[in-house]
Amino acid sequence: MPLLDIKDLTVTFRTGDGEVNAVNGVSFNIEERETLAIVGESGSGKSQTAFAAMGLLAANGSAKGEVTYNGQNLLGLSQRQMNKVRSDQIGMIFQDPMTSLNPYMRISDQMAEVLMLHKGMGKKQAVDEAVKMLDAVRIPDARARITMYPHEFSGGMRQRIMIAMALLCRPRLLIADEPTTALDVTVQAQIMQLLGEIREEFGTAIVLITHDLGIVADFCDRTLVMYGGQIMETGPTEQLFERPTHPYTLGLLKAVPRLDREEEVLATISGEPPDMSRLPKGCPFSPRCGFAFDPCPTVRPDLVPAWEGSPICRACHAPVEEVQ
Amino acid sequence: MLSYVLRRIAVAIPTILLLIVISFVLMFAAPGGPFNGERALPAQVMQNLEARYGLDQPYWKQMADYVWNVVVHFDFGPSFQYRDRTVNDVIAQGFPVTLTYGFWSFVVAVIAGVSLGVTAAIRHNSAVDYTAVGISIGAQVLPNFVMAPILVLIFTLWLGWLPGGGWQGGQWNYLVLPVIALSTSYMASISRITRSSMLEVLNAGFIRTAKAKGLPMRRIILRHALKPAMLPVLSYLGPAFVGMITGSVIIDVYFSTGGIGQFFVNSAFNRDYSVIMGITILVGVLTVTFNLVVDLLYAWIDPKIRY
Repeated sequence: MPLLDIKDLTVTFRTGDGEVNAVNGVSFNIEERETLAIVGESGSGKSQTAFAAMGLLAANGSAKGEVTYNGQNLLGLSQRQMNKVRSDQIGMIFQDPMTSLNPYMRISDQMAEVLMLHKGMGKKQAVDEAVKMLDAVRIPDARARITMYPHEFSGGMRQRIMIAMALLCRPRLLIADEPTTALDVTVQAQIMQLLGEIREEFGTAIVLITHDLGIVADFCDRTLVMYGGQIMETGPTEQLFERPTHPYTLGLLKAVPRLDREEEVLATISGEPPDMSRLPKGCPFSPRCGFAFDPCPTVRPDLVPAWEGSPICRACHAPVEEVQ
Repeated sequence: MLSYVLRRIAVAIPTILLLIVISFVLMFAAPGGPFNGERALPAQVMQNLEARYGLDQPYWKQMADYVWNVVVHFDFGPSFQYRDRTVNDVIAQGFPVTLTYGFWSFVVAVIAGVSLGVTAAIRHNSAVDYTAVGISIGAQVLPNFVMAPILVLIFTLWLGWLPGGGWQGGQWNYLVLPVIALSTSYMASISRITRSSMLEVLNAGFIRTAKAKGLPMRRIILRHALKPAMLPVLSYLGPAFVGMITGSVIIDVYFSTGGIGQFFVNSAFNRDYSVIMGITILVGVLTVTFNLVVDLLYAWIDPKIRY
């Protein structure tokens, strides 16, 4: 049984221009101890997928479908029941560590309240436990610094604190929503290394949401490529990167700058990012796709194995051989 | 921190002196004097009166004497209008009254305003929100000179529950109507500021983090959101508190409470120079003090502010 099983998830926002689907019938799962990457450009629905699973959608958003964790559909839970899952079972860290820690509270209070809430610890025991976790994410001199406020730490340190806070209850799943986007490149590498060690040490399954293909390649067992609120392609990371079977994945990979090749102009995917309120009925990528033909704008392709027995699934009408 | 407070007090002294100078100049710039009545006094009587109160001295000397007496003897001089009473007497009689109903009005305005604002923000765009906004707009547009008679009409004349005026040493039933009349418009402002600032805080990233921790909404509001949401409210509360404890002429006149608000307005009409000065300085000192208190509270809420 997979740890988290998402079936036909649709996220809808009520806006001034009517209803907009940010996520459109997405299904995937993640196994215990597995690391899954969800990649895609801004607005592809990757973050909203995670927010929907955690019940953290904005007030005007709603989710349909099934998110099964531990045999229960998270979308059907009351706030009260959901609060037992959050942080205790599924931890989450966010893009910007500058704003996701409360600037008006001491780190010790912010961390201790998680353990006091979920594990019924007293304040002192909770702070002791929090110090241990800060040590584990290698905050130097954690015992003395835990009573400081967020602004007294650097960006990288704050993200370490966020990670430590998300891990306090030893959740079985950690959702990391663009954890390195707001950080310097050198700090990015340190945070990714830390996540790798945590995966080993705590056996936590990780969903890594990112648009940075570079960190995905080294880190994730499986990759899921999203565009326009739908899954374009999914499969084992190595195979997917080596021989993409979907025109969008192909375009993404070509757009990664390489040091070992001398090219004057960086390849880009032509056209505009999709307008989510006016998606084509068929494949959302079809207006920008070089392989598009008759059925693409009108018939939505199913997500099916690229060929019989292939671990790679793709949603594309164009034949595999043609794309590759 | 201590050096910051001392520095602020050092800046406050010239501020108050400047306030005294400007008030003095404005007072003397206005035509007429305290003893000009409808019937002109005999020249000799006028001369004696002016000599008695020091009005025959040059302005600068009057001003210097005044400041000297205030600073050294803490003496605000005799009232020009109430015989045998000094300004100190007037303030000692009126200020405790004003302070009492002003303080309770402040408490009511803050508690009601903050609760209303927070409730509206939590239930953003719902019937509860619209009701709360409606109440605060209603309270804002009803000035207290309209509020006061309405309250008296309902609670005194129709229901007969509460006295329509008087003070009686500040017994609670004499306090209720003045407090309601004075606090409503302040409550309305506090609730509007609280609502918009709370809405902004609730969209912050750290509130999402708090939700992801599994904290119940109540705790998120009380522990994570309330403090930062109070920052804009706080800067309003300093001047509002001074405004309330220095009273309102409407309240004093309408409910015959006998606070300094009434004395202040009367003194302006009567050119009772010393009472005008006394109350002006009192309000000035209180304003400077509570602005400092607000700034210190800022530092207590926001750890990034260090003095």
